[in-house]
Amino acid sequence: MSNSSATAPKMEPDTLISFDGVSKWFDHFQALKDINLSVKQGERVVVCGPSGSGKSTMIRCVNQLENHQQGTIHVCGREVYGNMKQLEQVRREVGMVFQSFNLFPHMSILQNVTLAPIRNSKLSRAEANEIALHYLERVQIADQADKFPSQLSGGQQQRVAIARALAMKPRVMLFDEPTSALDPEMITEVLDVMTELASDGMTMMVVTHEMGFAREVADRVVFMDEGRIEENCTKDEFFTGGRGERAEAFLSKILQH
Amino acid sequence: MTQIHPEIPFLAKLLGVEGVRHPKDPASAQVARSLWQIAQAVILFAVIAWLIHAGAAAMEYRWQWYRVGPFFYRIIDGEFIPGPLIKGIIVTLQLAGVSSVLSILIGALTAIGRLSNSIAGRAIATTYLEIIRNTPLLVQLFMFYFVLAPIFGIDRFWAGVLCLAAFEGSFAAEIIRGGIQAVERGQYEAGDATGLSKFDKYRYVIIPQALPLILPPLTGLLISLIKHSAIVSVIAVAELTTEGLNLISDTYMAFEIWFIVAGMYLVLTTSLSVLVNILEVKMNRAR
Repeated sequence: MSNSSATAPKMEPDTLISFDGVSKWFDHFQALKDINLSVKQGERVVVCGPSGSGKSTMIRCVNQLENHQQGTIHVCGREVYGNMKQLEQVRREVGMVFQSFNLFPHMSILQNVTLAPIRNSKLSRAEANEIALHYLERVQIADQADKFPSQLSGGQQQRVAIARALAMKPRVMLFDEPTSALDPEMITEVLDVMTELASDGMTMMVVTHEMGFAREVADRVVFMDEGRIEENCTKDEFFTGGRGERAEAFLSKILQH
Repeated sequence: MTQIHPEIPFLAKLLGVEGVRHPKDPASAQVARSLWQIAQAVILFAVIAWLIHAGAAAMEYRWQWYRVGPFFYRIIDGEFIPGPLIKGIIVTLQLAGVSSVLSILIGALTAIGRLSNSIAGRAIATTYLEIIRNTPLLVQLFMFYFVLAPIFGIDRFWAGVLCLAAFEGSFAAEIIRGGIQAVERGQYEAGDATGLSKFDKYRYVIIPQALPLILPPLTGLLISLIKHSAIVSVIAVAELTTEGLNLISDTYMAFEIWFIVAGMYLVLTTSLSVLVNILEVKMNRAR
């Protein structure tokens, strides 16, 4: 597969995701307003903001689980839009982890992780199993490979979901509130896996309220409110007072807990 | 939960009242109540049977049950010769079998059409559903037999099959569509996010989860198709009901033959539903 077939984007070679003037409407409600954002290779971007601010919508536009109506989005050198074939190619470069895990309940853990490698990359079952076990090991859950999702705890399921995304060997990982549906005692095990992933140099875009994680892992923090990017600054700027009023108000609310 | 009184555990189990009673309610009282309820049903059936018998006697109907044997089959010189009733039920099974397969096919295609992004697909599927659902089955049958059959040169059996398939197919379509739509949105998104092709997404993620929701109502539909197949007797396809009608006009034994025909449908459909229930339990256990 060559990348050259896509329309040549005007962006730096190491930029993996770029939003240029992106807007999105749900009927009459404008969820995203003129978003401009780029994520470079190896960068960890944490997106935060109050609920309804459009952060999930934005991250879901990257692999077009939501489609935008204005502006352009480029991922790994390809513009993402309605063309199914090209979209599939983009989606195979982008791993995604959901708030509610979304594991396939009728498949074993191993099958969950091997499905994409077998169907998309046409690997043999043996090859796919090897890859799957490697990633399951990495999220420390290989011993549960033969179980079904319903037999695992939320934290374990989310780690499987991470392994499933990693098994596609993506260039970018998207996390859409990966710990919001978890019981408090399970949040750490998932964040630990994500932190380790970050230290291996994975490019990550993470929607989360976990400010501790942002502080530890993020290169950049994006703060959104009412469909706009209000802040887009380095972690240090964000946490040492370089933030605006709205971000200040938001942070003071969530840090009380 | 309190244990059942030791004297009557077997009876309690048989009546299905084991372990469900109120602690203060003695087991014997519960068994007695269940027995009384069964007795009520028996009495009711007995009364109905007596009414029919008395009514028949009053109109001087002569029951001739001894004559019905050959209607099923005869054995001449050691050779098995099926009678009209056996022949009829075989045709009924053929009708129902072929139209089951066709109706599932039509249902699946229509469901795909309704769920697709193609405007033409949705329009065709919706038009078909609205026409079938809003016209009487009998009128549809006449349309197939008197209009479409001569045009396309199909015989009465296939006119019946196609009509039944078109009719049941509309219900199958809604069952299949409902099952597919009942699969959680997150599953579609996970399939998309892992870069599966549309075909793979449905083949490996959506359909396997929709099937357990689709199969029970779909088998119910196919069982009722057996009953609906009786309607093709009006275009004289030689199935069970037609054979029954013919026998009655030959023998005037209306009472016996309607009882037998109804009984044969009953045995066929109930044994099929028992079979389906067993399969379902096994499927659930395998999961």
